[in-house]
Amino acid sequence: MTPRSVMSIKRVDHAEASSHFIDAKDHAEFHDKRLWDLRKKRDAESEELPEWQELRVLASGIKEHALTHLGNYLEQFERNATANGMVVHWARDAAEHNQIVLDILAAHEATILVKSKSMLTDECEMRPFLENRGIEIIETDLGERIQQLDGEPPSHIVVPAVHKLRSDVAEVFSRTIGTDPKNDDVPYLAESQRMHTRPYYLKAQAGMTGANFAIAETGSFVVCTNEGNADLGANIPKLHIASIGIEKVIPKIEHLGVFVRMLSRSALGSPITQITSHFRAPRPGTEMHVVLVDNGRSERLGMADFWYSLKCIRCGACMNTCPVYRRSGGLSYGATYSGPIGVIIDPTFNLRKYSALPFASTLNGSCTSVCPVKINIHEQIYKWRQIIAERHQLPMVKREAMRITGKILASPRLYRAAVEAAAAGIDKLPRFMIYNPFNAWGRQREVPASPASTFRQWYLKNRGAQK
Amino acid sequence: MSSREVILGRVRANQPAPLPLPEVPGFDRPLASPLAAFTAALTRMGGTIVEAPSTGSLDQFIRARFPQARVICSATPEVAGTRAIETVRDPAELEDVDVGVVRAAFGVAETGSVGLSECELVVNALGFLSQHLVVLLDPRTIVPDLHHAYRERGFFEARYAVLMTGPSATADIEGVLVRGAQGMRTLTVIAAPLAAPATRAVDTRSPA
Repeated sequence: MTPRSVMSIKRVDHAEASSHFIDAKDHAEFHDKRLWDLRKKRDAESEELPEWQELRVLASGIKEHALTHLGNYLEQFERNATANGMVVHWARDAAEHNQIVLDILAAHEATILVKSKSMLTDECEMRPFLENRGIEIIETDLGERIQQLDGEPPSHIVVPAVHKLRSDVAEVFSRTIGTDPKNDDVPYLAESQRMHTRPYYLKAQAGMTGANFAIAETGSFVVCTNEGNADLGANIPKLHIASIGIEKVIPKIEHLGVFVRMLSRSALGSPITQITSHFRAPRPGTEMHVVLVDNGRSERLGMADFWYSLKCIRCGACMNTCPVYRRSGGLSYGATYSGPIGVIIDPTFNLRKYSALPFASTLNGSCTSVCPVKINIHEQIYKWRQIIAERHQLPMVKREAMRITGKILASPRLYRAAVEAAAAGIDKLPRFMIYNPFNAWGRQREVPASPASTFRQWYLKNRGAQK
Repeated sequence: MSSREVILGRVRANQPAPLPLPEVPGFDRPLASPLAAFTAALTRMGGTIVEAPSTGSLDQFIRARFPQARVICSATPEVAGTRAIETVRDPAELEDVDVGVVRAAFGVAETGSVGLSECELVVNALGFLSQHLVVLLDPRTIVPDLHHAYRERGFFEARYAVLMTGPSATADIEGVLVRGAQGMRTLTVIAAPLAAPATRAVDTRSPA
């Protein structure tokens, strides 16, 4: 069974998708403000801890050690988890993950599954696979549920429906769970989802979670949520399945002191998620299954320039700070992982399909500065651009614009002529000559008015004598 | 070759050159009053903390705070409640619990968290199906920060261990904070030292 993402190899046109996002002015403005607000909350938290930078160095160091010893830690985790009474499965890729989950559900005659947030299961496209085989899946995270009911993927890894206004949610819920279409009061909508979902926890035969961290020392894993949905799903049905990417393994419980202190501060600007759960063994009379998933991670581990991306703890801080993400929305990236982290990992899933993403960046580097595990995101973005250009994956317009610009920049004489001509002419050129497909910059911006003289002209006039 | 062998083989073949494990230091700073710090942190996260009553039983105190509650289920012998947790066979039976009562193993001053495991919850779902949760906490068990918290035995020995910090919450819709998402709507900590004299639980269960 070939995953859908491999079948559709059409390049994701981030810029085109973003233009639709930007057109919806109220939504775009709210999205930008809301995410920047999360960035400010994160800043406030980081400023309160004098040890913030030291914690980042520790978090990065622990992850780099774990990843460079991943084979041993995976085995240690499996050994301890199994001794605790968990069943550990290994999945090479998305297809195998989905089949393993289906087999576990079938063995328990489970037809209803309550599921908390797991980007890994989105990455594996598990939901349509299971739904096509008779499993009813209820996303229990409020944001994920909104997106599920609306037939859209999540747009942000922490706040999946951040691109929607309350009126959108009221519309979706009135259409699907019978709320009052005219009532967009947020507590009313949240309460409606609570009441609608609650019976499912009681009748589901299986609960599914992801994991934020898997600890080798104890064979346990950690799930961080605010709503309590993961714990309802894990502690009521007799079967708990956890999907865990192999890069989530960390060596010891004491390391959670570092990661749990950093995760929610980076993601939402709160010191910890309301519920932080640690699963080490199944409840008596129940079963707990862990599916360890590779799906390209081991390959990424071998990429000298890009393996640092595996340190990611999925906090979303990079998305909250990124000016491009804030103004284009996660859905414009056409991938499970969007924003800066998406830009550097998606090309490993499909280089051609995601070849435009590394160009959806101003290389300002704020993602790197907020990353709690010190991933050098903007440097990896730049490296991807080089790879994409080398492998002839650049679209024609960009390629031509780059080629011509390269020629001009390589010749001082040509450069001066071009700058002087632009300065002289730009105010007089008809609009169509400035704002056309070759001027991507001009699509949503007015080109600035040119100054009276170029810098070089000014310099020669005022300082030329001092050569 | 099993998938396990394939994955471990690929991982070992691709692992970059080993990097050392850093030592995690402590970040202790003088903490004048752990209880005051805990109170501030818990309040910020939407929880409430009150002192144990000087007169009357905890049962009476809890009933007075939740006058509408019909089902009070306690996992601690200090509070009788209206339903005995020992009789619960299936977690789903706790669906109608208005107030759940537990005693935390410890608290965390940095975050305002209370630590619980199946030892304190008896039925884990009690902590999440109850509409409201009351948590007894001995202030002497408050540790300064998460580094200290992660030395607690529960994380090494319990099947299930949870750090609860205030009530459940969400801000998924337009960033509007809603307290009481899908788990407990409110979380009330009662600062009550353990095994203080004369706190035998009074059985206040109604006859019916």
